[in-house]
Amino acid sequence: MLKMVVCIKQVPMVSELPWDPKTGTLKRDLAEGMINPACRAALDAAVRIRESEGGEIVAMTMGPPMAEEVLREAIALGADRGVLLCDRRLAGADTLATSYTLARAIEKVCPDFDLILCGFATSDSETAQVGPQLAGALGIPGVAYVDEIELTGRTVRMQRLADNFLETLEMDLPGLITVTTGVHAPRHVPLGGLQDAFTGAEIETLDAKALDVDPERIGVKGSATRILNVYSPTSDKKNIVLTGTPKRIVERLFERFDDRIGGTIGKDLKSDKKKS
Amino acid sequence: MSAQKKRAIWVFGDYRNYFQNRVTLQLLARARDLAGKIDAEVCAVLFGYWSEEWVDDALSQNPTFCGVVGESIAHGADKVYLTDHPRLAAYSMETYALLMERLAKREKPEIILIGATTFGREFAPRVAQRLKTGLTADCIGLEINEEGLLVQTAPSFGGNLVAQIVTPECRPQMATVRPGTFPEIPHDSSRRGEVVRVPLPKDLPEDRVRLVRSERRPQRVTKLEDARVVVCGGRGMGSKKKFAKLFELAELLGGEVGATRPVVYADWTDHETLVGQAGKQVRPQILFSFGISGAIQHTAACNGAKFVIAVNKNPNATMMKLADVAVVADASQFCTALIQGLKRRIR
Repeated sequence: MLKMVVCIKQVPMVSELPWDPKTGTLKRDLAEGMINPACRAALDAAVRIRESEGGEIVAMTMGPPMAEEVLREAIALGADRGVLLCDRRLAGADTLATSYTLARAIEKVCPDFDLILCGFATSDSETAQVGPQLAGALGIPGVAYVDEIELTGRTVRMQRLADNFLETLEMDLPGLITVTTGVHAPRHVPLGGLQDAFTGAEIETLDAKALDVDPERIGVKGSATRILNVYSPTSDKKNIVLTGTPKRIVERLFERFDDRIGGTIGKDLKSDKKKS
Repeated sequence: MSAQKKRAIWVFGDYRNYFQNRVTLQLLARARDLAGKIDAEVCAVLFGYWSEEWVDDALSQNPTFCGVVGESIAHGADKVYLTDHPRLAAYSMETYALLMERLAKREKPEIILIGATTFGREFAPRVAQRLKTGLTADCIGLEINEEGLLVQTAPSFGGNLVAQIVTPECRPQMATVRPGTFPEIPHDSSRRGEVVRVPLPKDLPEDRVRLVRSERRPQRVTKLEDARVVVCGGRGMGSKKKFAKLFELAELLGGEVGATRPVVYADWTDHETLVGQAGKQVRPQILFSFGISGAIQHTAACNGAKFVIAVNKNPNATMMKLADVAVVADASQFCTALIQGLKRRIR
């Protein structure tokens, strides 16, 4: 039986962000969580594969207790099992520590996996690194940024747009694929399934001890990178306000910002050639 | 032994899209600046298979030659590590990552910089994972701080934010960098450099991912993502007909047109122009924003713009607050006035 693991992440819901307009920062603790769009595309790809090939889908996430929600959503969307990796010691992990932890968890929960599917990137940190690093940590082949997947027996054929090339690639299972959001429109969650997932489904929760991980390689401790500071890049704008008739504003714009505008487009805009 | 060795900053030579994207040369230029601050040498690392005329003969010392090796040196490399072999003809993730891992373990560079191309964005994490070191994705700034650490500035969507990240202990410090972030230094054919040929290892395993087919896709000269000027329009333009004026404006400015989601949904323009969470990220020198209120899905996709001119009847719109210049006017009328003004000034 084909065994698939889909790694998903809960991210802040962009349209519902509790935004602090003064500082331009996000109040993350108040943010509403949702399943990362590319992770959802990965889950959808797994469901499609199961439709033709059969098999089992394990949805896995690492996060705080509240991340359980996305696993229930994943079950409603078609996952057979939901596995939550939840432990304070896992918190603050960079992609190196995250991929290590996920790899050990997959080996524990689903040691005979055939295919790992991930979203190509998350909408909050956007590194696109966990998928490729997870393939490395599991010692399996992997392909990132995949738009189309076709499984025949033990061989998976993939198509992707990489830089300027349309590539068709093949690998034998077991393997890892990160998928883009480009191809399949996400399906709607069947309401009945959603209800069942939230009332009936069992979520398996594992902590660092149960995962049997090296404590030096998880969470903040296992992370090679450190964040020095975080700031809002838009806060230093001068925000000059121009009012008046459009014609007058255009003239002032060219007078004051010729260096900027004219310099960028390679034209001198200070003088009105028809006037002079 | 390594105490005597000069520190090094490496740049991975991503020459697959050389004619569209000169990120390797841009990184060599930045590496030169950084190298001055930590007394390091700049090295280009080239894996591939080039026909002879594309690989400079290390012994010929022919200064007029302009292959990938010469190009790297002329743009700032002190040294080039070169593995040239038919097996490297196609960019291959596993093989390239293995070669990079072995070379880095042997030479121990301080820093490795990789262009944030699709290949680079997959290659870099694989190398970092093998070397058990830190990696920052898609940097828009690189500096050396007083402790001699590489400070990597990277945007994070989780709220229009920019993070500064370091790798304090692990080495090398690794970063991928967006094409177009740094200017290249002019080609200087009088520069000299050392070429170190690295043979292909004899025990190189078969790549487990097979490239079945690869077709180069035709592309427009400038893409929205790379455009120096972007003219973005929203619902405030009023109608499909008025929105069309933005294309004329963009042409006058040598730029590209972008759009918000409501406009794309209303079919005023096609999906290719969507700037937002579900569309393209832009980072132009100048962004003109016409009649856009500034939903976070949109603003987060254009916060890399260097200079923003927003036009809106409503001075309190979010986009107006985020702008360098906020023009309080009807977007469509101002667009017309701007087109006329430009036509008068540009012959």
